[in-house]
Amino acid sequence: MHGNVLAITDVASTTQQITFWLLAVVSVGSALGMILARKAVYCAVLLAVVMLSLAVLYALQNAPFLAFVQVIVYTGAVLMLFLFVLMIVGIRAQDSIVETIKGQRVATGLAAIGLLVLLSLTVGHAVLGTAAPAGPQFGANNVYAIARLIFTTYVFPFEVTSALLITAALGAMVLAHRERLTPKLTQRDLSRLRVSSGHPAPLSGPGTYARHNAVDMPALLPDGTPDEASVPSAIQGVPETPDQRRTLLGSSTAAMRSAAGPGEPGGDSGQEGDA
Amino acid sequence: MSPGNFVALAVVLFVIGAVGVLVRRNAMVIFMCIELMLNAVNLAFVAFARMHGNLNGQVIAFFVMVVAAAEVVVGLAILMAIFRTRRSASVDDASLLKY
Repeated sequence: MHGNVLAITDVASTTQQITFWLLAVVSVGSALGMILARKAVYCAVLLAVVMLSLAVLYALQNAPFLAFVQVIVYTGAVLMLFLFVLMIVGIRAQDSIVETIKGQRVATGLAAIGLLVLLSLTVGHAVLGTAAPAGPQFGANNVYAIARLIFTTYVFPFEVTSALLITAALGAMVLAHRERLTPKLTQRDLSRLRVSSGHPAPLSGPGTYARHNAVDMPALLPDGTPDEASVPSAIQGVPETPDQRRTLLGSSTAAMRSAAGPGEPGGDSGQEGDA
Repeated sequence: MSPGNFVALAVVLFVIGAVGVLVRRNAMVIFMCIELMLNAVNLAFVAFARMHGNLNGQVIAFFVMVVAAAEVVVGLAILMAIFRTRRSASVDDASLLKY
């Protein structure tokens, strides 16, 4: 019986070790990819990977409350905020690889090595004993124990936190606020504009009478010509439709494709990567 | 599983975040690297809590998360205000106090 229990704890510790090393490799790799990727969206997604693996590492260290808060607050709220702002602030922005300060990379590398050595020595010199025996506050009782700490010992910092959050929300509102420079258009103004624009009827929806009803397909007018105004302005000019792509790629590709066989259903899939 | 391993991982992640802050020039990515450093410190706090067998480290990690959330909100708002005036998210372009 005793040996059985020992075997079970042994298996548990082996599982913990496997999980730790796997997540360590994943998180360090993602973090490295984050500082190396040139597109900001890749950085955000890789940061999400790092944060999720850290959540699992918290769970591994008997901190289930923090693991869930990590997923909800960091991955759910903070990263989504990052992505929202990224979509506004220019998704196409890429870092140039030209050094603006001479020798910055080398200096950074030296500083990083110095910091790593310093921190490793500090951590190595400290007495890092084995984990203390897990009390009830590290198991199912974790949330209650943290709540007790927050509302007794740390109650004042906790209250100050609320002031900080309100200040941050107000600050974000003030900073993101934009003054309206032109008067707001009333319904009368809008209808007047519509009549005077020469296009009183509502615009046709994208894809009407076209071969596909995707949003990037212009609607076909009764005489068969595509109506460019039916495509939302945000995706206008993106060569997504096969016709636009064909005109971009030139007649040689079109000739090649017609030679390969007309009416081939997957004929366009080979060009997806070029767009 | 010794807490030392977790602390070592936290050190590595912290250094990577610091390198990112120094090297990158897109303000958004710099923000993300700062988040990475805060996360690494949180991991160390949780490891220390486990090592000492009390929950103070976890509570402090919780406070770090709250402060980081507030910091991100204000930081991104500033970034958007800068982007609105000069159409760029690069920290090199923000070299004047005004305009």
